Amino acid sequence: MKILAIETSTEACSVALVHGEEILARSELAPRRHGELVLPMADSLLAEAGMSRQALEGIAVGRGPGAFTGVRLAISLAQGMAMALDLPVVTVSSLQALAMEEDAGSDDILAVIDARMGEVYAAAYRRGADGLPESLSDEWVGPPASLTVPPGGPWSVVGTGWATYAAQLRERIGSVAAHDGACYPQARNVALLALPAFRAGKGVSAEHALPVYLRDKVALTLAEQGKH
Amino acid sequence: MGKLARLIGRAVNYSVSILQISKPVLGIETSCDETGVALLRWDRENPGRGLLSHELFSQVRLHAEYGGVVPELASRDHVRKLLPLVRKALADAGLGLSDLGGVAYTAGPGLVGALLVGGAAARAMAWALGIPAIGVHHMEGHLLAPLLEDDPPEPPFVALLVSGGHSMLVEVQGIGSYRILGDTLDDAAGEAFDKTAKMMGLPYPGGPALAKLAEQGRSGVYKFTRPMTDRPGFDFSFSGLKTQVLMAWKASDGSDQARADIARGFEEAIVDTLAIKCRRALAATGAGRLVIAGGVGANRRLRAQLAEAGAADGFRVYFPRLEFCTDNGAMIALAGAIRLAAGQHDDTLVVQPRWSLETLTAA
Repeated sequence: MKILAIETSTEACSVALVHGEEILARSELAPRRHGELVLPMADSLLAEAGMSRQALEGIAVGRGPGAFTGVRLAISLAQGMAMALDLPVVTVSSLQALAMEEDAGSDDILAVIDARMGEVYAAAYRRGADGLPESLSDEWVGPPASLTVPPGGPWSVVGTGWATYAAQLRERIGSVAAHDGACYPQARNVALLALPAFRAGKGVSAEHALPVYLRDKVALTLAEQGKH
Repeated sequence: MGKLARLIGRAVNYSVSILQISKPVLGIETSCDETGVALLRWDRENPGRGLLSHELFSQVRLHAEYGGVVPELASRDHVRKLLPLVRKALADAGLGLSDLGGVAYTAGPGLVGALLVGGAAARAMAWALGIPAIGVHHMEGHLLAPLLEDDPPEPPFVALLVSGGHSMLVEVQGIGSYRILGDTLDDAAGEAFDKTAKMMGLPYPGGPALAKLAEQGRSGVYKFTRPMTDRPGFDFSFSGLKTQVLMAWKASDGSDQARADIARGFEEAIVDTLAIKCRRALAATGAGRLVIAGGVGANRRLRAQLAEAGAADGFRVYFPRLEFCTDNGAMIALAGAIRLAAGQHDDTLVVQPRWSLETLTAA
């Protein structure tokens, strides 16, 4: 299959191209420059593969959780491409893509992204027979001191949440097998996670590819402000 | 529209996209709390005739619950609404995306997150279709919106841009050649309407409700100052007026009649102030044509008073239809189509929350 994947929900901006058995990828830590980078990265991948845009068969996208603006950027780009090329979209959890960064060899993985405002986005995974992480918990947002992990472990913790909140997380998690606070969800893994869904014909049309923010309370209504 | 056509014709002569200019341009507006989409085929003899379809979704009800626009919620709603609106606009025009010759989107000024939604979708579509894209200045869209009407104004003209976010007097020397004559030092005119309405207990967005209430008020019961009209220049300041109204409201008996009378006094003060500055700007520039744009341009008293001023002073006043006074996709499609027809486009997704009109170049 020929799939273009986009992931911009954290500091890492990345694009990947699946063609046949091969995956090409570009990735850069470039806060606030994601908007400028994605399309040129896609062009350079297509050129490297000697492929035209019209040959694409699907768009995969990291749908969050992560930075709101970054999540929306990837989704809006994916929507625009998919609509114009009439392609299906598969949305992938950015936490699950992050879990695939685990390279210490543990089977139980906790993906934790710094969500700012004293909170983290988190989800627990167990590596399946196919090597892909399977969910052990719902995706969650909250203060690291309130995190609860499902039965399992020892945990290999990945993501920026660890870099910011290692001490609080360690208390909640118990047994930590390994940790890496300097890794980010990558488009290459978004593509790998999306492939089974594409093969199963589970892509959606462009306008149904939507972000997952987790943090849904972003302002107080007048009533909640006591002004009603 | 001889002169305008000549201006544009000159630009088109060196255009590399002659073939594309006859193709429709998709315009996308997401700078604040309206999602606007339009399809326009550039027709230099009669731009309004080239408008093939336009769609708008207003988020006003979503934000009403919060008493004002919540930027994050605005961005989230644009993501949900934009593509369905594009599909609707295409269906209404009987077109497919492959028929397009270019894509234009609002690149600023506005809410950064909201701008990025429209910009990213627009650029991705253009990228996928292999057609040019261009980021349009939101206020240039407003300035050019009157060209969508029959008998459009030719530059040079003076434009009064009055909305919830802006109060500006701009001299339009030609397309892309703008000089800001005056700006607000604090609140925009529409913002003053909304805030004053809120103080007097009217629900968000209170501006239009306040104007309606003023119809029942008596002229002359409350007389507020006409800010900054006692000195030369074209700048506005509406923040002090708001305070005067608050004091009058607190000192009143709080009756419906008092509220209506205050609303009337407030509206007269704003409209008088705007009219005084417009007359000054026309006298100073000798332009002979005044264009009204922005949401406050829908205000009936403002329209009537400016028409009277024009009759007295000998200038003509142009009002876009109400739906093109407020934010819309048609004005973005138009401004983008003009620039694309002139061979202009840009290659990077960069949005500019703050962006001066005066930095634009001629089309």
